[in-house]
Order: sequence, then C-alpha cells, then structure tokens
Amino acid sequence: MRVALFVPCYVDQFYPQVAIATMQVLEKLGCTVEFPPNQTCCGQPMANSGFEDQQAGCNRVIVDAFRGYDYIVGPSGSCVLHIKQHLNHEDETTAAQIRSRVYEFTEFLTDVLKVKTIDARFPHRVGLHQSCHGQRGLHLSQMSELVAEPFSKPEQLLHMVEGLQLARLDRKDECCGFGGTFCVFEESVSAKMGKDRVADHERQGVEVITGADMSCLMHLEGILKRQQSPIKVMHIAEILNGA
Amino acid sequence: MSVHPNKASQPHAELAQQFNKDEDRVNWHDETLWWIRQKRDKAAWSVPEWEWLRQTASDIKAHVLSNMHDLLTQFEAQALANGASVHWAADAAEHNAIVHRILQENKVQQIVKSKSMLTEECGLNEYLHEHGIDVVDTDLGERIVQLAGETPSHIVLPCIHWKKEEIGELFHQHLHTPKGNADPQYLTGAARIHLREKFLTRNVAITGVNFAIAETGEVVVCTNEGNADMGTHLADVHIACMGIEKLIPQRQHLGVFTRLLARSATGQPITTYTSHFRKPAPGRQLHIVLVDNGRSRQLGREAFRNSLKCIRCGACMNTCPVYRRSGGHSYKYAISGPIGSILAPNLDMRKHADLPFASTLCGSCTNVCPVKIDIHEQLYQWRQELYKEGLAPKGKAVSMKMAGWLLGKPALYRLAGKAARTVLRLSPFVVKNSLNPWYKQREMPAPPKQSFSEWYAKNKKA
Ligand code: SF4
Repeated sequence: MRVALFVPCYVDQFYPQVAIATMQVLEKLGCTVEFPPNQTCCGQPMANSGFEDQQAGCNRVIVDAFRGYDYIVGPSGSCVLHIKQHLNHEDETTAAQIRSRVYEFTEFLTDVLKVKTIDARFPHRVGLHQSCHGQRGLHLSQMSELVAEPFSKPEQLLHMVEGLQLARLDRKDECCGFGGTFCVFEESVSAKMGKDRVADHERQGVEVITGADMSCLMHLEGILKRQQSPIKVMHIAEILNGA
Repeated sequence: MSVHPNKASQPHAELAQQFNKDEDRVNWHDETLWWIRQKRDKAAWSVPEWEWLRQTASDIKAHVLSNMHDLLTQFEAQALANGASVHWAADAAEHNAIVHRILQENKVQQIVKSKSMLTEECGLNEYLHEHGIDVVDTDLGERIVQLAGETPSHIVLPCIHWKKEEIGELFHQHLHTPKGNADPQYLTGAARIHLREKFLTRNVAITGVNFAIAETGEVVVCTNEGNADMGTHLADVHIACMGIEKLIPQRQHLGVFTRLLARSATGQPITTYTSHFRKPAPGRQLHIVLVDNGRSRQLGREAFRNSLKCIRCGACMNTCPVYRRSGGHSYKYAISGPIGSILAPNLDMRKHADLPFASTLCGSCTNVCPVKIDIHEQLYQWRQELYKEGLAPKGKAVSMKMAGWLLGKPALYRLAGKAARTVLRLSPFVVKNSLNPWYKQREMPAPPKQSFSEWYAKNKKA
C-alpha cells in the first residue's frame, strides 16, 4: 500500500516531530510511506477568510504532489477536510481521486488499516481535545448535538495504549477557538475559548492534552505556556508511536 | 451594560473584546447559556425519533420555500374567508406604516405587544414612539430590556445578559420595588401587577407569529407567559405581524414543529401556551401583516435560501461558543448569533460584513438546528460573497493574496521557510509584541531546528 504523507504547512514548520511520528506509526503498521516534497498548504487560511479563488495555487500543488497514490494521510483533520470539500482543479479526475483518497490519520488507522492493537505504552492521564472539523466534518467521533449512537475513533485508538488513562471532560466537544484566522481577528473570544478548554482539562487533572488536529493543539499550547502550566500537548500520533 | 445595542458601529470583534473585559461576567453568561444547551440535549434525547423530526421539519420547510407563492395566496384567501384583514408589506418601512395606519384608524395611542422578533427587525417600537404611540412589551424579558432602553440580546431570552440583582435595581427605579430586592419570584410578581394594568387599559395588541397555516388561514403563537393571549383577549384589535417564511402547509404539520421548537429553545417539551388565532370574535378585528423585508431576495440566493427555514428557537445561539462569549449585542442586529450572521448581511452587506467572520465554523449550530439549516456552511459562503463584493477587510486581502501566491510555489515556499521561516513571518505568529494579537494571551510555538521537509530530505531520501 503506497501512502503519501500529507504534512500541512504549519506542521512542517513548527511540529516536525508530529509528521515524523505519523510516518513512523504508518510504517510500523506496514504501509510504504512517501513524502512528496512539493507540498505546501491545503488553502484553508485563504478560503476560510473568503478568498477561495486565492487557493488555486495550492490546488495545483496538491494535485501535482498527490497524484496516483493509493492513500493520502495527514495528521490534521481540518486540512484533510478542506481538501475533501474544496479541492478543485481542471483535472477533475485526479482531483476527485485525491478528494476520495485523503484521510485523517486516526480514521485511516481505524477504517482503512482496521487496527485492533497498538504496541504503545503511555502511563499518563490524558485529555482528548475533539477538534470540530475532525468531528463534525469528518465524523471522527459522534457529536453531542445529535441524538445518535456515540463513537470515537481517536478514543478507540487511545484505549489500545497501555497505561493510558483517558479523562472525561465537562464539555467533550466544545470548540477551542482557534478557527484559523479567527484566532487573530477575534483575539479576545478566541483566547477566552482556549482558556476555557484548558481549564476543563485542568479540572480533570490531565498531564497531557492530545488530539488529531495539531492546529487546535498549537493554540492550546500557546495558552498553556503563557499560563506556565505543566500540562503538555501531544499529537495523538506521538502517543501511538510509543512516545 | 456598557454597550448600547444596535447603536454601536464597531465591528463584532471590538464589541466582543469590550464584553470580555469582565471575565467573571463572560463566565456567567457562558455557563447560563450552556446550561440551556444541556437542557435542550436532555429534551432531545427524550424523543427517540428526534433526528427524524429534524429532517421532516427541514423537508416541510423546503417544500414551503419552493411553493411560497401558492401557499401565501392560499393562506391569504383562507384568512380573508375567516374574516381577518390581510396586509402585505414589502419592507420594514411599509410594515411600520401599516401598523401605524391601523392604530390611527382605531384612534389608539397606547398598545401592548407580545414578543415578535419581526417587529424588532423592523424597528417598530422606535417608529411608533416617534409617532407618539406608547408601546408596552409584555414579555417579561422584553419589558426588562425595554425599561432599560435596550433591545433584546437573544431572540428567545431577551434579557439573558442581565443578572437578577441588576433587574432588581431596574425595577426599583421604574416600578418602585424595594431597593436591594432581587428575588426573581418577587420581581416577577411586581412585573405582573405593572403589566396587568396595561393589559386592562389597552385596546390594541400586537403579537408575533410562530406558524401560519396555509390550509386554514390561522396563525399560531407560542409563549410561556400567556402574555400574547392576555393581550389579544382584552383588546378589540389584534395585529399579528409575520415574516412570509412563517408558513406551513397544513395543520397536521404543526406538531412536527411544536415538538421541536420548545425542546430546542429551552428544553421544555412544549411552550406553556400554543394559541391558534383563526377568526376575530364578533365586533373585533384581526389583522395579519405579511412582511417580506429581504426574504424573497434571500430566497433567490441559492446558497442562503435555507436560512428562511429558521423557526427562531435560539438553539444556535445557546450552543455557539462565540455567542456565549461575546454577548448578543456584539452582533448589532435584532437576530444575533449564528443565524443572525447569515440573515443580517442579506439586508445590508456592508453594514454587517463583519458578522460571517464572527465564527470558528465549528458547526455546532448546524447540528442543533431543529430545521437543519447548514448555518456554518452559509457563514463560509458569505465570506466568499463579501470578498467578491470587495467588502473583505483590506489588510486581510493583501496578506491572503501574498500567502496564496507563495503557497502555490513549492520551491519558493521551501526556500522561504528555510530562510528563517519567512512564510510564517507573513502570518502573525512570529512577532513577540503586544500588537500581535496571537501573542497577547498566547505564547508562540517554539521554532524547531529543522522543518519536517528538511528532516525528511536528510534522513529518508535514499
Ligand atoms: S437557525 Fe435553527 S437553531 Fe438557529 S434559531 Fe433558527 S431554527 Fe433555531
């Protein structure tokens, strides 16, 4: 199985360890992982700000980089969702193929690789931040708004990790307030939302906040660091990689 | 109460920032509304077919939107046959003038009004006040904001931003209750006595409309306080004001909506009163004012027409993490929160260009909405529209164009990243000063020694 690693721009620049962990977990699970070097960004920052047409360059880059792979896997639900929903190119056959073959990391493990066990140990109390685009967009887990059977792909995986203790949050799927450019254009509300999320995890006595979307975690990390909190953030791939 | 609603011209972000100066108050506001969201969840889970109900309601409304013309004319014919008078208003100004004319014809200077977001949308209170007519809002929450000289901050819970101690003080000033008494039961009692006198002496009652049934020509009004009923029963003239989207085809469809409405709004199984008004009592008048005010334009906008399905339950506000932390007045429009941010730009794009950006697009609104409006998708679509109309914030346009250009060129992007992460210099993350909004309350991610691409090139490329 030839898997292309999709590494969103901010992960490439700020969180190389997350991309490395994603790649290593996939390799341990038997995938042949390649990182097409010519990739930049899914185009979401432009599109979510109303500049959908400015994402044409990104679309071209994505189509060129990911043509022909069996699967494309990325450690960021939000960017994956954006490609799934908005990738647009004159080569519609390739674009459609990419849209249907791009997966967020945890759903790729549970739905495609159908992972039943994971060789990882993480003896810590962990809180899961359920990112909105992953949940309500990609259905990585059931949202609290719906009257429907609960499930959670990230939790399913975390339960396989030896020694890991998963905390229950007061608000299990409230938005962290990152929201792309929202985080600077609506600074006060964004920061307040982040502080409130962090406080929930603190109340549950977690040592680590994890999640399937590094952008939310970057925002939460910024707040934790400012508060000089001992709580760390880790992408779920880092935990599943044995940490 | 620092911000005067609807008067402020600052963008949402600024008003939200002012709201956030008092963090304890933000916490209280957030928790109060979250508690209502939780009550809604409980109520929804008590109905096993909840998701089916939402879909059915959404489908019925889709049918209505596709058959507006026929249903409206059917409704009008039935209402006329019932003995009601039917008036058509193209916009807010016409609506206000129609109401005023009815009052003049009846030589009335003082009226009571139960809750109607449509009249808020049209600015009826202000208009009538300018024409020397005294309007008393009889919904308790609306009366509170009216006494305070404000407009509602929430469509179902107009004074949700007021604490009970503050209401005690307001009542002390206006209704002469003892200073320092903030007992909700006592204050409600005082409001009741105050309003009773208004009910008994005023001969015209205005109400809103929750549903208008095309088949029978009747209007249905849902309240918890019975104030709409009290007002109309004691008045000779009832004026019911409604947006044209309030239609449902038949009476048998009503149950779908009443089962959803109160559960979504407050977590009650049903509103205390669900009153049907079909024909005027002998010697009395029933006027129905049908208002367009931008609705047919919205109907014509493919991406936004579904917003007309809204039954004004307020659930999208209660669930919205931004609304809960910025307060209804930060939206500067009668209908605040996520749905308001879709409806307001339809009326005035320039004035409300900030609203579609007052969201993280988290999608919670879309999934609580009892009629399944794709609210967050429409917020996204509005952003695209505003940009096309040249109404996007200036600085944003330049930086997004640069980013879009650079991100379309992988080699250049890599070079830029390598040369000290220049790409991210364009973004706000790198500057460590108080002018950088990211840095105000957050640290920046620590820049690693090498990017993943660099690591991969060194360690992986065979
Ligand atoms: S948009 Fe939906 S959730 Fe919001 S007020 Fe209207 S019906 Fe209720």
